[in-house]
Amino acid sequence: MSSDSILAVDHLSMRFGGIVAVNDLSFAAERGKITALIGPNGAGKTTVFNCITGFYRRTSGTMRLTHDDGRAIQLERLNDFRISKQARVARTFQNIRLFPGMTALENLMVAQHNALMRASGLTFIGLIGAPSWRAAEKRAIDRATLWLDRIGLVDRADDAAGNLPYGDQRRLEIARAMCTEPALLCLDEPAAGLNARESAGLSELLLSIRADHGTSILLIEHDMSVVMEISDHVVVMDYGVKIAEGTPQQIRDDPKVIAAYLGVEDNEVAAVESELGL
Amino acid sequence: MLASHGPGVAFIFKKALISALVALVLFSLMIGIRTEAGPTGQLIYWTRFGDLAAMVATVFGGSIAMELLRQWWGPVGTIKVIPPSVQSGLAVARRAIAPVLLIFTFLVPVIFYNQRYILDLGILVLTYVMLGWGLNVVVGLAGLLDLGYVAFYAVGAYSYALLATNFGLSFWVCLPLAGILAACWGVMLGFPVLRLRGDYLAIVTLAFGEIIRLVIINWQSLTGGPNGVSGIPRPTLFGIALAPGPDGLAARLGIEFSPTHRIVFLFYLILALALLTNWVTIRLRRLPIGRAWEALREDEVACRALGINTTTTKLTAFATGAMFGGFAGAFFATRQGFISPESFTFQESALVLAIVVLGGMGSQLGVALAALTMIGGFELFRGLEQYRMLVFGLAMVLLMIWRPRGLIGHRAPTVFLRHSQAISSELAREGRG
Repeated sequence: MSSDSILAVDHLSMRFGGIVAVNDLSFAAERGKITALIGPNGAGKTTVFNCITGFYRRTSGTMRLTHDDGRAIQLERLNDFRISKQARVARTFQNIRLFPGMTALENLMVAQHNALMRASGLTFIGLIGAPSWRAAEKRAIDRATLWLDRIGLVDRADDAAGNLPYGDQRRLEIARAMCTEPALLCLDEPAAGLNARESAGLSELLLSIRADHGTSILLIEHDMSVVMEISDHVVVMDYGVKIAEGTPQQIRDDPKVIAAYLGVEDNEVAAVESELGL
Repeated sequence: MLASHGPGVAFIFKKALISALVALVLFSLMIGIRTEAGPTGQLIYWTRFGDLAAMVATVFGGSIAMELLRQWWGPVGTIKVIPPSVQSGLAVARRAIAPVLLIFTFLVPVIFYNQRYILDLGILVLTYVMLGWGLNVVVGLAGLLDLGYVAFYAVGAYSYALLATNFGLSFWVCLPLAGILAACWGVMLGFPVLRLRGDYLAIVTLAFGEIIRLVIINWQSLTGGPNGVSGIPRPTLFGIALAPGPDGLAARLGIEFSPTHRIVFLFYLILALALLTNWVTIRLRRLPIGRAWEALREDEVACRALGINTTTTKLTAFATGAMFGGFAGAFFATRQGFISPESFTFQESALVLAIVVLGGMGSQLGVALAALTMIGGFELFRGLEQYRMLVFGLAMVLLMIWRPRGLIGHRAPTVFLRHSQAISSELAREGRG
């Protein structure tokens, strides 16, 4: 495990009653890199995400987040909103969770809640309309506009989020997560339901986020074109355990991964490999 | 049944028949048989089958008419019946409603100076406008269904009544205290119910409203129990009483005393309080806390993922709503001069909630219009005597068919980049907890 990992997941297990969704999983996400978590349906990827982002309480194991300044936070000790507020881990959802009745701009303003709450003096300074609050609000709008511009939605800033096309909603959710100024961005299947052109645009957006902000990204994805193109490191899960990890090229050639995706027994792997010409 | 022509004749008749049957069952006892106590105390009854038949026939005919109307109208939302020119005119009228209504309200005491009934009704409507605006913060913005709002109204009223009668504090000192005390109760209610959502939250808040009322009834040594608190001081204009005598306002201004002065003063007082509620709510909506309330209504899970503390956000919504309820309660106490637990029944909570829902959740103008419709309309039908409730209920049902999302069926964005455009309530969620 690299010493410069932003997130170190160590022996993480999650049980629901008798079902072991995640079993003794260890991996690390490197700082300023894109780490992909892949695996067949039901492998436990989203469960890992929910543990990291505090929506589930892990059964055992540790998750250590190390900030740029060396400050380390044990994520399993924080719960729900504190993960985002204190540890600065942002996430998106597999099924989009925007605020549909609010405009795209409002969605991005809500994401800056904690910063704006401080600026508004816990509402009291804001209520009297103090200049410091107005300036802070303007900065927040500017930041939101910047992100709308980056995802190409500045023209639809005042449209209800629920009225936007599906692909735009996906990008808006990523922009909303980025407005919380996260150290680690967790994306749950950001390319799901996107066409090839939109997927390519998404890859570009994620690469630019990594390049411009140095934000580390952890993503779950089924779209292998996206995973292979942008990931620096890939972790493969199946039935709640890690079966492989490495660079995209290594993963592509790993017989265990092929077996997991094609669904063959271990003793048949050799046969499948020869069939595929590996 | 042809899909292109909508439901056929058989369907319409079947529907009308079912409606008529339901009406027959319902009305057979309510209208068909009339019972009354006879001259010697025995129960006498007589039948009114003619009225019953007329009622059932009306329902049958009405059901057919409604179905035909629906077919003629076409599916809702796909066909625009109103031409664009009229629509733009309506949009202008809609923008003008709020200022016109406000100016008219300011002029009410001038126009109707000699009509005590209108002034009293105006005060009543404004009280409910204020309560509606207060509850709107909890239900309309934060999406927390609160069926016990009257509890805060009661806390505010009793706070003022007890502080004023026991310690002789003036209305202007007690008003903020009543608001703060009610807000404290809001937080106290908020804590245990934070985990609850939707129906469960509604039931617990309902119970809370009843608990407050029962405590007031039974804590006789403090609240006077069912006898209530009487002799609550009238409000003063910064220490100057609105009463006859040498110290009264009339004497000081050198004009003849009239009891109407106090009514007019109360009218402007509740108007000021209501407008304060409105102003604060509008300001709060544009602050991060207000946006967090609306985001909470839309999606609580997403809120948590964005680092919003949903616990404190919910509590502030409860406390803010309760505070306005407390202000309104203090006003109620000073207006009546006498309060008893009977004024704070579930009926009041239901009425205020109905105003918020009818107005269109979250819309300030909608709530004001709904309060006017509910309270004013209820008085309007007074001439119909025993049929008042029936006609009123029918009007409500028709209104909800016509505008299922309330009178004002859209929400205005709190911030915009280029132009503010209204968002249809179809998109906004109602909140589940």
